[in-house]
Formats: sequence, C-alpha cells, structure tokens
Amino acid sequence: MSIGHTLLGLLESGPRHGYDLKRAFDEKFGHDRPLHYGQVYSTMSRLLKNGLVEVDGIEPGGGPERKRYAITDAGVTDVQQWLATPEKPEPYLQSTLYTKVVLALLTHRDAGDILDNQRAEHLRMMRILTDRKRKGDLADQLICDHALFHLEADLRWLELTAARLDKLAEVVVK
Amino acid sequence: MTPAGSLLVADELRKTYGPTVALDGAQFSIHPGEVVAVMGPSGSGKSTLLHCLAGIVPPDSGSITYNGREMATMNDAERSALRRSEFGFVFQFGQLVPELTCVENVALPLRLNGTPRKEAEKAALGWMERLEVDDLRKKRPGEVSGGQGQRVAVARSLVTNPRVLFADEPTGALDSLNGERVMELLTEAARSTNAAVVLVTHEARVAAYSDREIVVRDGKSRDMERVV
Amino acid sequence: MSLRQWWRDLAMGVRFAFAGGREGWVRALLTAVGVGLGVALLLLTTALPSAVAVRHQREADRTDITYSDKIIPKAADTLLVASSGTTFRDTDIRGRELEPEGPKAPLPPGVGKFPAVGEMVVSPALKELLDSSDGKLLRARLPQRIVGTIGESGLIGSAELAYYRGAEGLAAQGITGGRITRIDRFGNPSPVQERTDPVLVLLVLVVFVVLLMPVAVFITAAVRFGGERRDRRLAALRLVGADGRSTRRIAAGEALAGAVLGLVLGTGFFLIARQVAGSVEVFGESVFPSYLDPSPLLALLVGLAVPAAAVLVTLLALRGVVIEPLGVVRTAKPSRRRLWWRLLLPLAGLGMLYPMVGQGRDGGDFNQYLVTGGVVLLLVGVTALLPWIVEAVVARLGAGGVSWQLAVRRLQLSSGTAARMVNGIAVAVAGAIALQMLFAGVEGDYSEDTGYDVSRAQMQVSVPEGKTLAATARQLAATKGVQDVYAFDEGYANDGQGDDAHFGRVTVADCRSLRQVAELPSCHDGDVFASHVAPDADGSGQHNADGESGVAAKPGKTLYFDTSEDPAKPTSVTWTLPKTLKQARSIPDPTGYRRGGILVTPGAFSAKAAAGVRGEIYVHLDESMPDAREYVRNTAARIDPLEEPMTWVSVKRNDRFDTIRTGLFMGAVCVLALIGASLLVSQLEQLRERKKLLSALVAFGTRRRTLSLSVLWQTAIPIVLGLLLALAVGLALGVVLLRMTGTAVRVDWPSVLSMTGAGAAVVLVVTLLSLPPLLRLMRPDGLRTE
Repeated sequence: MSIGHTLLGLLESGPRHGYDLKRAFDEKFGHDRPLHYGQVYSTMSRLLKNGLVEVDGIEPGGGPERKRYAITDAGVTDVQQWLATPEKPEPYLQSTLYTKVVLALLTHRDAGDILDNQRAEHLRMMRILTDRKRKGDLADQLICDHALFHLEADLRWLELTAARLDKLAEVVVK
Repeated sequence: MTPAGSLLVADELRKTYGPTVALDGAQFSIHPGEVVAVMGPSGSGKSTLLHCLAGIVPPDSGSITYNGREMATMNDAERSALRRSEFGFVFQFGQLVPELTCVENVALPLRLNGTPRKEAEKAALGWMERLEVDDLRKKRPGEVSGGQGQRVAVARSLVTNPRVLFADEPTGALDSLNGERVMELLTEAARSTNAAVVLVTHEARVAAYSDREIVVRDGKSRDMERVV
Repeated sequence: MSLRQWWRDLAMGVRFAFAGGREGWVRALLTAVGVGLGVALLLLTTALPSAVAVRHQREADRTDITYSDKIIPKAADTLLVASSGTTFRDTDIRGRELEPEGPKAPLPPGVGKFPAVGEMVVSPALKELLDSSDGKLLRARLPQRIVGTIGESGLIGSAELAYYRGAEGLAAQGITGGRITRIDRFGNPSPVQERTDPVLVLLVLVVFVVLLMPVAVFITAAVRFGGERRDRRLAALRLVGADGRSTRRIAAGEALAGAVLGLVLGTGFFLIARQVAGSVEVFGESVFPSYLDPSPLLALLVGLAVPAAAVLVTLLALRGVVIEPLGVVRTAKPSRRRLWWRLLLPLAGLGMLYPMVGQGRDGGDFNQYLVTGGVVLLLVGVTALLPWIVEAVVARLGAGGVSWQLAVRRLQLSSGTAARMVNGIAVAVAGAIALQMLFAGVEGDYSEDTGYDVSRAQMQVSVPEGKTLAATARQLAATKGVQDVYAFDEGYANDGQGDDAHFGRVTVADCRSLRQVAELPSCHDGDVFASHVAPDADGSGQHNADGESGVAAKPGKTLYFDTSEDPAKPTSVTWTLPKTLKQARSIPDPTGYRRGGILVTPGAFSAKAAAGVRGEIYVHLDESMPDAREYVRNTAARIDPLEEPMTWVSVKRNDRFDTIRTGLFMGAVCVLALIGASLLVSQLEQLRERKKLLSALVAFGTRRRTLSLSVLWQTAIPIVLGLLLALAVGLALGVVLLRMTGTAVRVDWPSVLSMTGAGAAVVLVVTLLSLPPLLRLMRPDGLRTE
C-alpha cells in the first residue's frame, strides 16, 4: 500500500498536523501495523520535497511534529491519478510452500502432512479474522473479509494440490 | 484415549457401503460448547462420519460413546429418542416439510417429543425471532428464499435445546452473505446454550467458525489440533 | 405447423416416456400397468355377454330331459337317460345314467363313447374331487370305474361337476319323460325363450354401468402417474426453446406411449385372466377360457378409446398449468372449487331417473338410455362432488398429533390429488350400495320362504318304489350322522265313489313320528286319530294347512286309495276305519305344513292298503357331525341311485337372480382390487418423491409409527369422506331404483356396511402394503445422495 498516497488523500479534507495524520491513518487502515512516527515524518518530507504538500503553519513550541501540512494542487492531481490507476492483479504464488511440497515428495516424506499443517495454520488465522469480524464494525468486516478471501484462495490451492499429490509425485520424482 | 470431559467420542469407526469404504478407522471427540469442523474433499466420508456419530447409521465396527453411553448398546427406538431430544440437525436442503408452515416445521421436533402444539409453536417462534425469521411463520417452505429456509432449519435444529448439533453443509446452497449469517447465528445460538456443534463442510470460510477442525481423507480422520 | 413437427414432438414424447433411466422406466411401467389393468377389466366386461351366451348355448346343447309328455318309441337311434344328479356338500353334481338302445344312439356332447355298466365318464373337476382325499365320501356314492373325461363342449364351466354312467334296465323303472326319458338326440328341440324381466334388465344395466365407471375413473388417474416430474421435464424443454404448444404435444406423446403400452399389457393381462378364469370358481360359477371372447367391435372400441382418453386427460390436466422455462406455474391460485355445477350433475341424474319412478315390474320397459344416463350422471356426480368436499372439509380440519398434522397439511396442499385417488372407490361403493339395495329390495319377490322347519329335520328322503318305509327308515337311522328319523307313509283317500266322494289325507306313522305333526292326547300302536286344523292364530284362515278334513271321519267307514297306473283302468285298495277314533290337534309338521285328515299308527293299518301310500322320511341330522348330509346321501344312493334326498334350506332364491348377484360380487371384487392397486401405486410414487425428506425426518428422530400413521391418515381421510359421499349417493340411487321397480324402500344395512367396509379394507390393505417400502425409504441412505 502506498503510504504516501494514503496520507495525501487524508489531507484532501483539510490541513492537518503530522500527529493527526498518524492517528487518522491508524484508525482507518492500520489495524495490524500502526505507522511509526518516523515513517510519517520521512514520508511528509518526501512529499514536501516533491511539491505535493506544503507547510500550512507551525504551532508554537517547535519540533517537527508541530508542523501543519496542506495538500497542493499537484498533490490533489497525484491522488486523483493514483485512485484512477487500477491495482495490478498479483498472481501470488506460495512459492515457499510449493518448494516444501516438492522437496517432501523428492525425499519421500508425507507431503499431505505438510499441506494439512498448512491448512491448520491458515484456518487458525481465518478463525482469528472471523472472530474479529464478528466483533468489529462494517469497516472491520470488509477488511477481514478481504483477508479471509485471500486465505481461502490459498486453501483452495492447497486442497487442489492435496488432491493431485499422486500426479505431482509422478512428475517430480521422474 | 478418550479425552476427559468429552460429550461424544468415536473410536476406530469402520463403515462400508458395498464395495465403497466410507470410514476406515476414523476417530472423533467433541466437548460441550465446542464447534468442530469436519473437513475433507467430497466423497471422503465426512457425511458418513456425521451419520454414524448421530446414530442414524450404525458403523460396521468401532465404538461411539455419547455422554458415557455406548451407542451400539441402544436399540433403534432409543437412538431415535436420543436424536429427538438431545441432538439437532441441519442439512444442506430438502429437510423442511413442504406442507407445513415455517413455524410448524420449527415446532415439529418438540411435537415429536410430545409437547402440546401451542406450547411448541410458542417456543418455535422464540427461536425464529432469534434467527430473524419470525415474520415467515405463516409461510410455507416453498414460499421463502433459500437463506430464509436454512435459518428456519437452524431454528428447528435448536428448538429442543439439543446438546449436540449436527450440521451437514448447512450453507452449501447459500451465497456467502447468507451463508455467513446463518453460520454466525448458528454458532452464536449453540454457544449460548453450550451445545456442541459437529459441522461438516468443505468450505474453509465456514470451517473458520469452528474452534478446531478434523480432516477426513479416504475414511481416515486427522485431528489437526493434536497433530500440530 | 407442419405435420412433421407434430410427429417429431409426439415421437419425442414417446421417447421421454421410456427415457430417464430406471426412474423413467418405472414410471412408464406404472402408467402402463394402471392402464393395462383397466383395459383388461374393460375387455373382460366386453367378453362377459358372450361368455354368458356360450354357457347358455352349451347348456341348451346338452339338454336331454325335457319333461315332455310325448314318449318316442324305442329305435336304433334312441337312448334312455335317467337323471341321477346328486349334491356333494354345497355343490350340485350333474349326473346322468345312459342306456343306449341301439347302435346309433346319440352321444352326449363332450363324450366319445358310452360308458358301460359299472363305468362312468366324469368332468375333470369331478375327477379331481374323486381322486382327492375329500372325495372319498363321494366315491362311495359314485363307485363306478372312471373310463374317461367329459370334454369342454359338454360342460358349462371348468369347475362343473358332472358325470355320465352306464346303466341297464332303465325301461323297467318306467319311462316318464321326467326322471327317466327316451331321446334320439341331445339339445332342446324347442328352447323356451324366457321373456326377460325388465327389472332384471335394469339390474344388468346398472351392474355394467356401476362396474365400468370406476374403471374409467381409474384409467384417468393412471395416466397422471408421475405428473409432477413430467412437468419439470417439460419446463426444462421450454428452457431450451420448445414453445408452449410443442410441450403439450410432447406430453400427449408421453401419455400416448403409456396408454399404448398399457393396451399391450392389458391384452396380456386379459389373456392371463382368461386362463386364470378357467381355474377359479367364484360363488359356484366357473367358465372356460374360450368363453371369454370379447366381440371384435367392442375390443376395437376399447383399443381406440383408451389411448384417446389418456391423451385427453393429459391435456386437460395441463390446462391449469403454465409451463415456463424456469418451472411450472399453477395458474394463479387454483380457483376455489365451485359447488353449483358439481351439484348439477347428480341432480340431473336423479332428474333422468325420476320419470320412471313407480313404473314397476308390470308397467313394462324402462327406457334404457334414461336409466344408463341417469346412473352415469349420478356416479359422475360423485367424482365431481368429492374434490369439493375433500377440499372443504380438509381446510377445516384442526389440531391433532404430529401424524395427523402432517397428513392434514399435505391434503390441504393437494386435496385434488387425494380426491382423484379415492374417486374410483367412491364411485364403486356408491354403485354397489345402490345395487345391493335394489337386490335386497326385490329379493323378496324372487326368493321364497320355504317354510321348512330346519330345526327338526334337515333332509327328506322319499322311499323308492318297491322298498318299505320301515326298512328304509332303519337304514337311514343307522347312518352315521343321523340323530333321528321321522318316517311317514302318506296318501290320499276318498270315502266313497262318484261325485259326492270326499278326499282326505291319510298319514301312517308310529307315535313318535305322529307327534311331529299333531298334539296327541295319548298314543299306542293301533290308535287312529282324526286331525283337526285350527285356524291361524291371527285368524287369517288356513294358510299353509289342510282345510278341515273332507273325509267323514266316521268309525267303521271304508276308505279307498287310488292305485291306478292308467287313467283308463282305475284300481284301488281299501282300508276301513276302526271303531274308535281319537281326536288330535294338528301342529306344523317339519315341512311347515299343518295336516288334517286321518293319522294312523302302523298297527291299525292293513298291509294290503300299503300300496296306496308312499313313504317320506324326514331326517334329523347331528349337525355337530361334519358331512352328515353326505352319509345320508350315500345311504340314499345305495337304496336307489336315482333318488336324491332333498336338503332343506329355509329360504330359496331365484337362480337367475343369483347369477346377476354373482356378477356384481365378482365385478366389485375386481374393481376394488384394481383401485387398491392404483392407490398403492400412487402412494408408492408419492413416497419415492419424498425420499430425502423422509430420511431427514428420521434423522431427527421421527418415530416410524408417526410417519406410518400419517400415511394412513393421508389415505383414510379422503377415503372416509369418499365413503360417506358414496353412502349418500348410493342410498339415494338405491331409493330411486327401488321406487322405479315399485318395491318398498328398505335399506339393507348389513350389505351397505359390508360394501363400505370393503372400501375401508382397501385403505387398510393399501396402507399395510405401502409400509414396507416406507420403512425402507426411511432408512438414512436417502441422506447420502450428494
């Protein structure tokens, strides 16, 4: 996720202090990973340098966190462009897991066990997400669903692989 | 090897249908209030395991103990009585009696146990409210949507306050939104009554509502909690 | 629309009728069996008139004893025939003694060679009976060697018991044209054309209508088997582009296929039934398979009408249904059934019958069209009213147990199906009730009270000529199974000659026997009594009794007994009344008759007068002894083979009437069995369609009893309604028919109840038979289809 674009987008509704920005980001997007303060600071410096934001004012008391940022026209255009650009679909291959399966087959270990363990691990994760979804609001639900669907996709691959282990073994061992 | 405090335990279950081996030494155990998902590819023996556990089908060999009682020692009438009063069932489809109204369908298990009609339908309506389908009470199953029908079925499975709820692909015929809602209501209701749920599914997102899962493959079961 | 398209659609329908794997075959077979059973019954019905005619012809062809006064002279082509029929248990055995008087004597039909003395030819059924252990008793009566069997042409039924045996010296016993006769050919030279009684015609007509109506109802039900599944299939066809009319044609093709297959099966069933008919005997009647030949025209009509009806019914059934590509839509809410036109039908039927009320049996003919039309309309009215009643009642049925609830709710959803299922039974029962009433009503006119007092004696043996009363009585009394015999010599005497002669009855018997006919003050051998017949207690006069004896019972008077053999040469014997006559009061004798005249003890009678009296012996049997009658018959046959003892019954019926009654029973049994079969078939089909649901219900612990009971209710509720309606319509029809024949209206409750009982029994049997499959379907296997 592009943190820069996200922060720019947050600024569109009005000028904010760096501290406000971090809080808004964490609240809306940063469930797993809250932003480090340094991350905000370095991002903002980069945006300032590129002319996408400007310093709207400095609170008395000094320190970098007291700066108030506002988005520039160029910044608005940039956000606009970012939103309009579709995300590239990621053909995300579980390469490590695939490697493990093939190695297990080559060394005559039980590849099914590996897959079962992986499923258990995936399910553990899915349970946590499901649980959070139940307790959370709509935003939580949508985010968790996104993750759940991804995990489910992995699991489908897993099931398919499990069903084709015999064939895979033939190809790999040959 | 019975885990302490288990409500329903099965050991070394074997079952064949003609030449087909459905179960080949499967194990299972569940505690009160626990939701256990039974997963595995289709044809792996999931449903047979459920049918054996619920006393619908007797296994060829192996033991099933419910609440300390060996199922094999019960006769058909006793097992039926057990299913009527202690177990609840939700299937994928085809389980609502098409002639009865929804509330009559939900009240059916109570009435089978001898509860008077009025009382049974009152209790049924309570469960229908919990499952948000009380407005369908006068409708017949043919007149409600799949998701609504499945909720009615869940209400029916819970109306006797069963100690074990058996659900065989309960969301199989539903879209994800309806399916999740049904799962949510089902697990919530089961937890609130401390009922154990045996949940047969091949969908990971449905299984994610469970506390743990066991995987059935080629008639053999793997309890993933104990493996990991 | 091109003809080819038509043809293609029909052909596709035919293919669908048998496609669809096992399921499809089973459905097609069910339809075909249903239609086939109906066709078989129709063919049997069309064959019945010819069967009756053939029987009649055979009977006429073998007639020998014509009771004609004219006795032909002995010649080379004459044959002496004596009737020696007997009875075994309740079955009559036709028996003849044959004595050819020349080489060209006529052979009876079905017999190839005359049996010699000591030989006999028997019907296959009699041979079987004689060979069986049961027949030992009879064998004693028919000890002759069996030298052959009577062919089919000489018998009127496969189960008929008949024999011809050789004899000699028949002429010496007197050729009278009655018991012993001389003939030069078999067959009745001048068959009597019995004028058919219009009431009997009415009965026959109604019997046919009553039997055929349920069959029609049944066929219409049979072509609807598997209707729901077919509708779904048609919907699928619409999805791939068939238009509405085309689906109808495909459906018609399907129905046609079932009906045609049914026609084939029906012909097969008919041929089987024809063979079976040869080996069964219903109510004492049997036929040969060859009798059952339907007339070609009627058979052709059946062959055309059945498929046409099948197609018509299918199209009618589809009228209320719109088949959309995504499924079947019943046209809106099925409109509430209206009552008025349904009531119109039976009322119109009554209206057609009403003008003939009171025409009575002497009033002449009934209009056959009006009778048939009226009865048909009344019975069709049942099928029209029943769905309305079922719907109206079922909608109001309230709470009950789970099984009750399941059944009632199901009926509420599909009361039409339920009503269709029982329509046949309702029609059959309504018709049968009406007929039974008609029978019971007119039975009095066709049957007579014999008046016999069967508590005192059950058989009567006439003492043959040349045997004495005492010896015969002794032989009978010594017979196994006989408790008592009352032996009387009876005769008539006049007390003078010429115009002023008075006639009177003379009875000679011992005191014990005499007490059976009169109250005697005291009795010793040698006593003679004058018997007085008192008027009936109700003062109605002298019913079934002698008048005051015409013989002047004056002591010392001479009585003359006529013994003439030839009216031209009168002869007589005399007997003189003794000096003292005691007085006796007549009571009904065992035949129910109160006799007057003179009662004589044997000691007072003279031996020379014995020629003037004839012996009659009344036999009191030990009813606890099985086959007591057979022992008596054997003894009697030993005394005289041509003499058959009379077995007394308290009521005697007209035989012709029996045949119709038999026909009705045979038909009603067939129809009820047929409808029972169709009920079973639809019941099973319905159960199969609910396999998954049943398994699910069992899974959550439904008792088998609950589900079985619900199946019972589901059949029983419409049947009870149907039977009630049938009762009402049947009684109404019965009353009208009785009025038409001018007979007092009375309800024969036992037969009404037995008819409704039979209907109810069908339900029970159907439920019982559908239980095993139900239990099988309730196994959890139904859950594991996915």
